[in-house]
Amino acid sequence: MTATIFEKSVAGRRAFVAPEVDVPRDDDALPERFRRAEPPRLPEIAEPEIVRHYTTLSTKNFHLDKGFYPLGSCTMKHNPKLHERVAALPGHARLHPLQAPARAQGALQLMWELQRALAEIAGLPHVSLHPAAGSQGELAGVLLTRAYHEARNEHRHRILTPDTAHGTNPATVTMAGYEVVKVGTDADGGVDVDDLRSKVDDDVASLMLTNPNTLGVFDRNIEEIASVMHDVGATLYYDGANLNAVMGRARPGDMGFDIVHYNLHKTFTQPHGGGGPGAGPIAVSDRIEPYLPRPQVVRRDDGTFDLDYDRPESIGRLRGFQGNFGVFVRSYAYILSLGADGLADVSDTAVLNANYLMARLRELAGEHLPAAFDRTCMHEFVLTGGPMKKALGIRTADLAKRLLDKGFHPPTVYFPLLVDEALLIEPTETETKETLDAFAEAIAEILAEAAEDASIAKEAPHTTPVRRLDEAGAAKRPVIRQPL
Amino acid sequence: MSRYTSATDADREAMLERIGAGSIDELFADIPASVRLDRPIDLPAGKPEQEVYGYLRDLAARNTSAEDEITFLGAGMYDHYVPALVDALISRSEFLTPYTPYQPEVSQGTLQLMFEYQTAISELTALPVSNSTLYEGPSAVASAGWLARLENKRPRFLVSRGLHPHSREALATTSHGYGTAVEQIPLAGGVTDADALREAIGEDVSAVFLQQPNFLGAVEDLERLAPIARETGALLVVQVDPMTLGVLRPPGDFDVDIAVGEGQPLGNRLDFGGPSFGFFAAQERFLRRMPGRIAGETTDVDGRRGFVLTLQTREQHIRREKATHNITTAQTLNALAGVIYLSWLGRKGIVELGDLLLQRTAYARRTLTALDGVEALHDQPVVREFAVRLAAPVDRVIERCAERGVNPGYPLAADYEEHEDGLLVAITEQRTRADIDRLADVLGAAVAAEREAVHA
Amino acid sequence: MADATYPDDVKYHPEHDWARIDGDVATFGITWYAQDQLGEVVFVEPPEVGKSVSKDEPYAEIESVKAVSDVVAPLSGEIVEVNALLSDSPEKINEDPYGDGWLVKVRLSDTSELDDLMDREAYEGSLS
Repeated sequence: MTATIFEKSVAGRRAFVAPEVDVPRDDDALPERFRRAEPPRLPEIAEPEIVRHYTTLSTKNFHLDKGFYPLGSCTMKHNPKLHERVAALPGHARLHPLQAPARAQGALQLMWELQRALAEIAGLPHVSLHPAAGSQGELAGVLLTRAYHEARNEHRHRILTPDTAHGTNPATVTMAGYEVVKVGTDADGGVDVDDLRSKVDDDVASLMLTNPNTLGVFDRNIEEIASVMHDVGATLYYDGANLNAVMGRARPGDMGFDIVHYNLHKTFTQPHGGGGPGAGPIAVSDRIEPYLPRPQVVRRDDGTFDLDYDRPESIGRLRGFQGNFGVFVRSYAYILSLGADGLADVSDTAVLNANYLMARLRELAGEHLPAAFDRTCMHEFVLTGGPMKKALGIRTADLAKRLLDKGFHPPTVYFPLLVDEALLIEPTETETKETLDAFAEAIAEILAEAAEDASIAKEAPHTTPVRRLDEAGAAKRPVIRQPL
Repeated sequence: MSRYTSATDADREAMLERIGAGSIDELFADIPASVRLDRPIDLPAGKPEQEVYGYLRDLAARNTSAEDEITFLGAGMYDHYVPALVDALISRSEFLTPYTPYQPEVSQGTLQLMFEYQTAISELTALPVSNSTLYEGPSAVASAGWLARLENKRPRFLVSRGLHPHSREALATTSHGYGTAVEQIPLAGGVTDADALREAIGEDVSAVFLQQPNFLGAVEDLERLAPIARETGALLVVQVDPMTLGVLRPPGDFDVDIAVGEGQPLGNRLDFGGPSFGFFAAQERFLRRMPGRIAGETTDVDGRRGFVLTLQTREQHIRREKATHNITTAQTLNALAGVIYLSWLGRKGIVELGDLLLQRTAYARRTLTALDGVEALHDQPVVREFAVRLAAPVDRVIERCAERGVNPGYPLAADYEEHEDGLLVAITEQRTRADIDRLADVLGAAVAAEREAVHA
Repeated sequence: MADATYPDDVKYHPEHDWARIDGDVATFGITWYAQDQLGEVVFVEPPEVGKSVSKDEPYAEIESVKAVSDVVAPLSGEIVEVNALLSDSPEKINEDPYGDGWLVKVRLSDTSELDDLMDREAYEGSLS
């Protein structure tokens, strides 16, 4: 363990050299009663030690540039290095958000072009880049649904989410003032349409769906589902977490979705930064367009670009300024680099890689880790560790921890909730066949090892900077800041 | 154009054989024919790296950034100097490319920086608990509103008209969903009208929202306002500018319930408005209602100190519809820039920098208000930003200044119809006395020219 | 405790709760099976004294590191005492689910509800 930056602090040390106070001092500028008595106890430390501290911390992280990161539902694809270079151009990085539109034409044009590209990819005509992340995009989407119904003088109270949904979906529904109703899953892994029909009426505002869903399964009944929702005047919401599976093959707009959010930090490869930043643009159909957040980036008749605040029916803003522009630069660079063919190739290869890895794991580990739904998957798939637990006495968590010793990041574990001892595996398109083979073989080795001695996995990891941590202790007596 | 993938034709063939499929098309058989896209995506073909770079460089060159003019724009984001060590450290792959630290054994770097960040925010705000970021400032204000809703379910929010217009709007947009009404408390003499607040407060008020310094740059008298806001049990939420907390009394001094704010000034780029980070600090009793990720200290099986994501039962992936917030991806990399920046500034530096801003801002206000046709919009103390009134059309004055390479600030008219003649001027350590003198020169000339144009 | 135990002196509810009856006051808790499913308990959100609880309805929340469970009342009545020990030592629910790990004491409003609860044998049968 590395001492914290606060523990390394020594009174009198410093890195910052203040510019001189080059104006006549005004000692009455701030009356004493407003003045802070004791300065915040920030670290006192010189530059070399700051650099060494954070460099040392960084070495304790596993990261995508180092190795395979098949975290289901997170789309951990390669982050092209060009993107960091273009995002750092001073014309982007030092552009103030309140610069007059006439002097920010390059930025507005970039945003407008990105909107057009995203609209085409999703098959919906209107895009707002405003939301800060997928979860804020979801909230925007549900508030758009509310605005749409309110404009028709309808006051609906319930929103449906499948039992396979990401937790953000039901959490969003509550924050937007609706009640969550769960819809079941059929034997194929899709929405149970009979259950859906039994729960839909004109008090239902929307259905939030991921397609392919979190089981990695494309819902074949999507058109029927769309018509069930539209027949009662509800909207159909597309959680774009899994858009990486279908680019160039199918579009949410053509499937009947009214509102889509994209995760630019997944499909469009913004580096995840250990937990953000991301961006969560949304696309909508014509009937939802009037309610989009403001401001909206528009092109005026004279060809110039502008921020349009004059949107009287808008739900308003959910955040400051006009979006996570730095993320837009990276994602637009990605779209420019790949083009139409490249984006289609992304999804083709992502699906190929997932099916290949599923096939390899079926061969090497199918007895202990069978697929939860034995059918062609899309860009990710779910295995169940139930048989492994019964036969070998190790749990999915143990397998995951032992993978760390083998130099792999584990898949998403214990999600989706309806699969016992679940492993959700998403290899992405940027991994080689050799990497997929090595991962499948590593799992097979762990299972063989567990058959001999389960304790190795149960006590894993053995080679990481720290070993299993006492999470219960951390939650019972939370220490969430350095005592000073 | 295939890019960033490795599959060769031979790979594809071998992989399909292993899968038992005849073609990649077969893998998409579940997509009903009627919803398949029967044409290519209508986008240009992919471009080589150097062409993409060239295209985006040309777009960037069409923006007038803080590199190209002397800017006094602020109003929520500020052109502070970002030291080189921030760029160097946050661009390391080890920080840039991991996901959220779900596997703590291989994420101690990220988890420890979150813990250090939480400590730094606690120190700045003088509040005991901090999360490890929300998206940005105004949505952090909205998140405080949601916490208040969970806490007391009362039907009214009171917001000072000195709260950032974006914060007011974000709060109104999101609270419309759960049905809490937002009412404004007017300003008097540039600061929140204490009498109006006293008049409006009541048992049905869920939370009161103030900003320090407020949007017009004025230092609010929190000592006077806080007891009024809290008198009937409403939560007091204060949006603070972290850059002022070396010199201004912190929220914790006034028993503020929740302090939130925009983290951009702390080592983050302007980036035309994002990504940055929102901070969220609170009193201990709100710990289990906090939104977002929190890192906590613990030990491993060998007794070594380590860090984990903790109190996760608050979060959407566990508590689902009963979660304290829907946030998932936050702004960890931006928080890293923030904590590195604060370490670089240090305990002395944050005071020195605050004092520098205070002195230069006082000087700028004195200098500008000495000009003909420029007067102070209010007389309250200011720290890093102040508002003036111009005796000439503000937009035209800004245009004239821009032609001479100076961006004099943010016009207030769009957000404050009562201040159609208002201009908000922000100072950072990058604006020297010479820059301020230049502003005075350019602004004075622009106002004079516009007044002449009217008289002519 | 490592091994499953189901004492004879309490009545069982199918949602894995127990009630120990003492006149018109009952003590509630969760069964060995429930605490085993949940894993190490890290937090209990206790109800308030004076609040009424209804049979089959949730009255408290128990958290482990990665799960939250509603605790269902086996009988109806008014809460007269909550187990203060749990705020500092929630792990008592794991260590001693029928003793120090009790949750609340309730003055019963309808003792006829007792007929709906199971004895040890019936409850253990329901688990297999």
